[in-house]
Amino acid sequence: MASWILGCAMATRPIGAEIALGEPVAAAGPRGLGSTLARFARKKPLGAAGGVLMLLIVLTAIFAEVMATHDPIATDAFHTLARPNGEHWLGSDHLGRDIYSRIVHGARVSLIVGLASTLLGSVLGGIIGLLSGYVGGKTDLISQRLLDILQGLPLLVLALILTASLGPSVENVIIAISIPIIPRAARVIRSSVLSIREMQYVEAARAIGIPHLRIAFRHILPNTMGPFIVLCTAQLGSAILVEAALSFLGLGVPEPYPSWGRMLSVSAAEYAQKAPHLVLFPGFAISLAVFGSNLLGDALRDTLDPRLRGA
Amino acid sequence: MKTYIAQRLGIAVLTLVGMSIVIFVLLRLAPGDIVDILFAAAAYVDPAARTEIMRELGLDKPIWAQYLDWMRQIFSGDLGKSYRYDLPAWDIIRPLIPVTVELAVLATILSVLLGVPTGVISAVKQDTTLDYALRVVSLAGLSMPSFWLGMVIILGLVAWLGWIPPMTYVGPGEDFKLHAIQFLLPALAVGYRSSALLMRITRSAVLEVMREDYIRTAWAKGQSGRVVIWRHALKNAILPVVTVIGIEFAFLIGGLVVTETVFNLPGVARFLVEAILWRDYPVVQNLVMFIAVVVILSNLVVDLLYGVLDPRVRYGD
Repeated sequence: MASWILGCAMATRPIGAEIALGEPVAAAGPRGLGSTLARFARKKPLGAAGGVLMLLIVLTAIFAEVMATHDPIATDAFHTLARPNGEHWLGSDHLGRDIYSRIVHGARVSLIVGLASTLLGSVLGGIIGLLSGYVGGKTDLISQRLLDILQGLPLLVLALILTASLGPSVENVIIAISIPIIPRAARVIRSSVLSIREMQYVEAARAIGIPHLRIAFRHILPNTMGPFIVLCTAQLGSAILVEAALSFLGLGVPEPYPSWGRMLSVSAAEYAQKAPHLVLFPGFAISLAVFGSNLLGDALRDTLDPRLRGA
Repeated sequence: MKTYIAQRLGIAVLTLVGMSIVIFVLLRLAPGDIVDILFAAAAYVDPAARTEIMRELGLDKPIWAQYLDWMRQIFSGDLGKSYRYDLPAWDIIRPLIPVTVELAVLATILSVLLGVPTGVISAVKQDTTLDYALRVVSLAGLSMPSFWLGMVIILGLVAWLGWIPPMTYVGPGEDFKLHAIQFLLPALAVGYRSSALLMRITRSAVLEVMREDYIRTAWAKGQSGRVVIWRHALKNAILPVVTVIGIEFAFLIGGLVVTETVFNLPGVARFLVEAILWRDYPVVQNLVMFIAVVVILSNLVVDLLYGVLDPRVRYGD
C-alpha cells in the first residue's frame, strides 16, 4: 500500500524510478536507474523534455524563497504596472507586486493543489476501482452506475459547485478537484483489475487460502501500478487547469496566496491593454506546467501501457 | 433496434435522476444559505422576518421535501423563482440558452474542421517532422487554459489591429458581422482545445486501422493513396472520433464557463458562475441540470449514431 502511494507521488515527480516500479519484472534486471533514464530519454525525447520541465517546476516550487527577487505579496505604490525591466524581470501588477516572484511562488500553490487533488482522487478512485473490479457482481454494477453519474458532469462544473458549496480555502479546492477525478481513476484501475483477476497466480493465491482483501491489495494492486502512474500524470495536468480556472473565477485559492489563475483574474483583464505582461506570463506558467505533465504522461503511457506499446 | 433505443432511454432517465440527486445534495453541503446572504448587508435581522422568508422559499422543509418540490416543479415545467432576481428561473435561463448552444456548436464545428484532417495527416506521416510538429501543437492546445487563450486573442487583436471586439452582446439581428466575430473568437479559444483532443484520437484511430488487412488489399489493388486514406481508412476510424465529438460537445459547455466570462457573453455558463456566487439555488440547480441533460442527450445521440455509421454494431442481440 505504502509503496503504491509512493509510486504515484514519484510519478508526478518527473522521470524516474517509476519506470522500474511500473515494470516489476524488468526491474529485477541488472539495469541501474541511470541507464533506465537514459534509455527513456533516448526512446522518448519529448517525454524526457516534459520530465525536465516538471523537474524545473518542482524545484521552483521547493526553492521559491531563494528564486524570488521580491516578496510576492508586498505592494509598491510607486511602481505599478511596470513593464518588464531590470528591477521587475517580468514587470509588476496593478498593486506594484513583482510578477516574477508571484509566478515563482504560484508554482508552489499550483503544484500542491494539483498534486494533492490528483493523489487524493486517484487513491480513493483506485481503491473503489480495485474493490469493485475484484468483488464484481452487483457491487461492481452499482458502483459503476454511481460513478457514471458522477462522471456525467463536466469536471469544471462539478468542481465549481463543490468549491462554491464548501467555501474557498486551499483544502476545499483540493477536495473539490479530487472528487471529479475519483470516477476516472476508478474506471482505469477497475479495467486492469478485471484482467489481472483472471490470472493464474491470483487463482493460486486463492487456492492456498489467502484472504480476499490481502489478495486484492498485496497481489493485484502492485500490478496496476503502470496504468495508475499514467493516470496520475494525465490527471495532474487537468487538475492544474481546473485550479487555474477556479482561481480565475474567484472560487479557488484565496488571497494572499499568489496563484497563477488568480493573477489572470478580473483585475488583470482590466489592465491588459496597458500592461499585457499581466496576462501573458501567468498564462505561460500554467501552460508550461500542464504541457510538461502532458508530455511526460504521454511518454509514460506509451512505455508503461502494454496495450499501446508500439502504437 | 427498438429495444436498444428503449434501453438507452431508460438508462439515460435513470442517470438523470441520479444526477439530480447529486446536484441537489452537493449544493446543500454549504454552510449558510441564501437567506444569510440576503441579510448579510443588513446589520440587524428580525428573526420573524427571517423565518417568514425561509418559509416562503421552502427552506424550512426537510431536505427530501425540498428535493421532491424541485422534481415536481421540473415536471410541471415551472422551474421555481430566482431568489436573487425575484423572477421565474425559466425566464432568466431561456434567453441564455441560444448563446451557449451557438457557441458550443461553433466551437465543435471548428474543432472538427481543425482536428480531424490534422489527425489523419499526422497518422499518415507518422514519425516525420510534420507528425512531431502537429503532435506538439495539439499537446500545446491541451495545455493552455482556454480562457487564457481567449485573453491572448483579445490582446493580439489590440496589439496588431488596434481593435477590440465588442464587450457587450451584439444580437445577430443588430449587426450580423459583428455578432459572427464576437462568437467566432471564443469559439476558436475553446475549440482549439477540443480540436487537439480530436486530432490525437483521429491519429491513433487511423494508425490502428491502417494496419488492417483490407487496407493492405486496397493498396495492393493499386488504389490511390488519397482514396485509401480518406475513403477506406477514415470510414472505419471515425467511430472513436464520433464518440469524442459527442463527449466534447457536452464538456464544451463546462469549458465555456470561464470563456463566456472572459468574452462577457450572456450565456448559461457565465450566469452559472454568478448564480453560484449568490447561492441562488433554483437557478444553479436548473442550470446544472440543463448541462446534465445536454451531456446525457449527446451521449444518447452518439450511441444511436453508432448504428448508422457502423453496420457491424448490431442492436438488441
